[in-house]
Amino acid sequence: MLNLNWFKYAAPQRFYGLAGSLIPWFVVSGMILTIIGLVIGLGIAPTDHQQGDSYRIIFIHVPAAWMSMLIYLVMAFWAAIGLIFNARLASMLALSLAPTGAIMTFIALWTGAVWGKPTWGTWWVWDARLTSELVLLFLYFGFLSLHASIEDVRKADRSAALLAIVGVINVPIIYFSVKWWNTLHQGASVSLAKAPTMATQMLTGMLIMVFAFWMYSIAVALYRCRNLILDRERHADWVKEVL
Amino acid sequence: MSQSASGFAIFQGVIARDLRLALRRKSDSLAVLIFFAVVASLFPLGIGPEQNLLMQIAPGMLWIAALLAAMLSLHKIFAEDFIDGSLDQIALTALPLPLVVLAKTIAHWISSGLLLALISPILALQFNLPMDTVGILFLSLLLGTPLLSLIGSIGAGLTLASRGGGTLLALIILPLVTPVLIFGAGAVDSYQSGLGIEAHFSLLGAMLIIALFLAPFASAASIRIALE
Repeated sequence: MLNLNWFKYAAPQRFYGLAGSLIPWFVVSGMILTIIGLVIGLGIAPTDHQQGDSYRIIFIHVPAAWMSMLIYLVMAFWAAIGLIFNARLASMLALSLAPTGAIMTFIALWTGAVWGKPTWGTWWVWDARLTSELVLLFLYFGFLSLHASIEDVRKADRSAALLAIVGVINVPIIYFSVKWWNTLHQGASVSLAKAPTMATQMLTGMLIMVFAFWMYSIAVALYRCRNLILDRERHADWVKEVL
Repeated sequence: MSQSASGFAIFQGVIARDLRLALRRKSDSLAVLIFFAVVASLFPLGIGPEQNLLMQIAPGMLWIAALLAAMLSLHKIFAEDFIDGSLDQIALTALPLPLVVLAKTIAHWISSGLLLALISPILALQFNLPMDTVGILFLSLLLGTPLLSLIGSIGAGLTLASRGGGTLLALIILPLVTPVLIFGAGAVDSYQSGLGIEAHFSLLGAMLIIALFLAPFASAASIRIALE
């Protein structure tokens, strides 16, 4: 283990190969986990005695919401590595994660709205969780648009990385501030803490779906990263051989 | 000793220079103020002139108007110096870049945020806010607008190298300044509803202190990326 060369795959060319051989594993395990999770979630898990069957959206909603926040942190981590150590691959990984994070945030918001309509009777509430999730979506948009607006790729990587890091400092502030802000106006809002305690099958199904979303996110990010590598290294000889 | 003295002289010099530039072009600062007033007067037109409703939304609305007005002038902190090359020269002075950035941010605040806070009482009176609430609003803007300049300076640095500056700058900065808006407007709101303002003001103050320390480093880093 000690002889492991951690930097072996820092070269885009080697990483391209590694990602290529890893992607099928993540795709297959993601598909298997999705099928198991959906079977448990939609078939085996009991109907909720308060919300009926509409609660079943948690099998998409909760994993997406968790991934949206986790991916932002991972993205900011790789962006910081790319900025500090001038590692090109880390910056490319950060950029590959951003669209998936934005999509996860959007899915969490959208499924939340779809869930909210039958259970709370409204599509949208300016609640702490919802508002902070929306701001998170704007942070992803800011990262992506800043990157897209700078022509020099290295400058774009570094500028966007700085923004991602500043955004991380802001994420907990946003989360808590909106919480405090709202409690001044209205009473406690709907939260997971108030939901009825979950049956074991519900929890199992949800956790399996979380892992399925992990596999999907990793697979898609790696795939996007491979494309980025090809695009940025298009002048290199090995790319011509690969294509 | 003489080194630090000269450093402080440069710091003052940068502030004085930027303020002189702002004074020579009064129309820029004036445009920010007029924008603030126009947005504030559009709200009653859009919502309707019902006095109780307007009184209720006035603090948050004036805060949002101030926020948008502050966005207008943000890109000017560094953009003109970047285009004519003087930012390169400024980056080479004996003073560390974060301090230069801080000086420029202070000058920007004086020529925009401070003025916004100063005219806010007049606009607040139009919405029938009682005198003491007007005072709280003024204080919250006084405490919050430097934060807008500080956080905004990071975005101003980041968008230097990009095309399509203004809109992008707003997209980047507005999510980051939501806490400022929440606590700034929240302070006035909670005062109006009879709750204390200490919590909001303490948090605004805490954020200001943290931003005073960290934001100049972040914007200096963003300028270095643009300059390299």
